Amino acid sequence: MQRYIARRLLLMIPTLLGVTFVVFLMVRAVPGDVIDQILGDFGAGDAATKEALRKEYSLDGNLAAQYVRWLGDVVRFDFGNSIISDRNVLGELKNYLPVTLELSLLAIFFSLLIALPVGIISAIRQDTPIDYFCRSFAISLLAVPGFWVALMLITLAGRYFTWGVPPKSYIAFTDDPIGNLRMLAVPAMILGAGLSGGVMRFTRSTMLEVLRQDYVRTAWSKGLSERVIITRHVMRNALIPVVTVVGLQLPILVGGTVIIESVYSIPGMGRFYVSAVNAQDYPVVQAINVLVALVVIFANLGVDLVYSILDPRIRYS
Amino acid sequence: MSSSSESVVLEQYALRREIPFHERARVGLWRFITKKPLGAFGGLIVIIFLLMAVAPVMFYTQDPEPSPPRILERLQGPSAEHWMGTDQQGRDVYSRIVYGARTSIVIGFLVVVVSATFASLIGTTSGYFGGWFDMAAQRVVDVGIALPGLIFIILAVSSLKERFPPDFIAEPLGLTPASRVVFLIAVSLGILVSLGSSRIIRGAAIAAKQNMYVEAARVVGASDGRIIARHIFPNVFAVVLVSASIQIGGAILTESALAFLGYGVQPPTPSWGRMLNEAREQLTRHPHLAIFPGAAIFLAVYSFNMLGDALRDVLDPRLRGSR
Repeated sequence: MQRYIARRLLLMIPTLLGVTFVVFLMVRAVPGDVIDQILGDFGAGDAATKEALRKEYSLDGNLAAQYVRWLGDVVRFDFGNSIISDRNVLGELKNYLPVTLELSLLAIFFSLLIALPVGIISAIRQDTPIDYFCRSFAISLLAVPGFWVALMLITLAGRYFTWGVPPKSYIAFTDDPIGNLRMLAVPAMILGAGLSGGVMRFTRSTMLEVLRQDYVRTAWSKGLSERVIITRHVMRNALIPVVTVVGLQLPILVGGTVIIESVYSIPGMGRFYVSAVNAQDYPVVQAINVLVALVVIFANLGVDLVYSILDPRIRYS
Repeated sequence: MSSSSESVVLEQYALRREIPFHERARVGLWRFITKKPLGAFGGLIVIIFLLMAVAPVMFYTQDPEPSPPRILERLQGPSAEHWMGTDQQGRDVYSRIVYGARTSIVIGFLVVVVSATFASLIGTTSGYFGGWFDMAAQRVVDVGIALPGLIFIILAVSSLKERFPPDFIAEPLGLTPASRVVFLIAVSLGILVSLGSSRIIRGAAIAAKQNMYVEAARVVGASDGRIIARHIFPNVFAVVLVSASIQIGGAILTESALAFLGYGVQPPTPSWGRMLNEAREQLTRHPHLAIFPGAAIFLAVYSFNMLGDALRDVLDPRLRGSR
C-alpha cells in the first residue's frame, strides 16, 4: 500500500509538469503583447515602462527561462500578483474559494439526495415502468443545461414566488448563515441536479451488480424481508463505488460553478475566473487552472485510496 | 439471459448468411425500434436536427437574419406568424433556432470525429505496445484528465481564438473568422475528451491482446500495424462508438455553455447558447426568448443521449447502465 502511494505520488510529478506547461503555453498563446494590453488601459507607455512592467510580471527573457522561473515560484506556492488588483493571487483566492467550496459541497449533498434513492429504486424495480421512468429522468437531468434552468427559475421566481430570487448583494455565511444558505440553495440544487444524473445511473448499475451476487440469493432464501436485504446486504456493498464517482465528478462540478456563479452573481472562484480571463489577468488565470488541476489529481488519488479502505477486496500493489 | 442473447447472435449469424443487406437493415432497424423505443425516439429527433443542419431552408418560416432588420416586429410573443415569437432585433426565434442547429450539430460531430480518432490511436497503440510507450502515453493522458474541463476550454478558446487555425490552413479551407471559432472549440474539446476515453479504449485493447488469434497473427509474421488494424481495433470499435455517441450530447452542452458565457462562436454564426445569453436582459418581460433556445439544447442533448444509451445496450452489453 505504501509503495503504491509512493508510486502514485511519483507519477504525479510528470503530470503536474505537463499541466503547468500546457497552461503556461496556453496563457501566452494570446496574440500580441500582454504588456501592451495592460498598458492599453492606461494609454501608451514608453519602452522603459514596458521593460519595468515586463520585469514586474516575470515576462522578460525567453519562454523557457520564464517557464522555469514561474515553475520555481509555483512550487513554493507563489502565484504572483494579480495584474488588475496588484494583490497576491492566493490572497485574492482566499476570498473567493470558500464560497465556491460551500456551493460545491451543497451541490454534492443535493446530488446524492436525488441520486441515491432514485438509483436504488430503479435497480430494485429493474425493467418495470418505475425503472424506465427513473432512467429517463436521469438522462433528462444529464441533458438539461443548468444555466437555462437558472435563468428560467430567476424569471419565474421574480414573477410568482418569493424564494430563489438572487439578492442584490451577496450575503456572507459569517454575517447571516440562514440568509446565505437560502441564497445558495437554489443554485446548489441546479448544480446538484446536473451531477445527479451520472451518480444515479452509476448507483443503479452497482446495485444491479450486487443484487445478482450469490449471498443476496442466500439472504432471500433465508426468508429475510426485502427491506433488510436491500439495506443491510445490498446497499452496503453497492454504495462503495458510488463514493468514488462523486470524487470523479469534481471537474464537472467546477465547470458548473463557473456557469452558475455567473448567472446568480455569486462571488466565487468561477466568477473571479471569468472576469480574470476577460481582463487577461494571466497570473490569476494560470493560478486557477493549476490549482484546480492539482485538486483533481489529488481527488483521483484520494478516490482510489478511499476505495481500497472501504472495500478490503481491493489491494493495490 | 445468456440463452436469449445466444439465440439473437445465432439469428444474426443466419441473417448475415442468407438475407440481403437492405432486408437485414430493415429487420435490424425494426428490432431496434421495438426493443428500444426511447432510443428510436431519440434517433428520430436526431434525424430532424440533422436535417435542420443540412437543409435549414426546409424548416424556415421566416428569414433568420433579415436585412434590413425588422425592428418594428421586435420582441413579439409567439403567434401564428412567429411560432416562437421574435427577438430584440425583430428576428423570428423559431427560424433562428433552426439556423442554430447547424452550429450545434457541426460541433457535436466534429468533437466526436476528433475525439474518436485520437482516442482510438492513443488507446490501441498504448494498450497494444505497452512498455515505455504506454508509460509515456499514459502520462500525457494523465495531463489531459487533470486539466479542468470547462475552465481550461475557456482559456484555450480565448487565447487561441485569433491564432487558430493559422492562416495557411484557414485560407485554403475557406474558414471565416466565425467558422474558425467553431473549429477551435471542436478540436480543443475533442482532444481533451479523447484523452479520457482513450483510457477506456486502452483497457479494451489490453483485453483484446490476450486473444490467441493475436498471438497466432504474430507467429505468422503479421506487422504490428496490421495486428492493430485487423485484430485489436475491431474489438474496441464498440467501445469507441459508444463513447462517441455519449460525447456528442456533452459537446453540444459545452458549446452552448461557452456561448452563454460569451466565449463561444461569435455573430453571425448562430448559437443556441448565445441566444440565451442575449435573452438575459429581456427575460422578465419576454421569457419566450429563453424558453425555446434552452428547450432546443435540452431536446438535442437528450435525443443524442437516448440514442447513445440504446446503442450502448445493443453494441456493448457489458457497459449497460454505467455512465
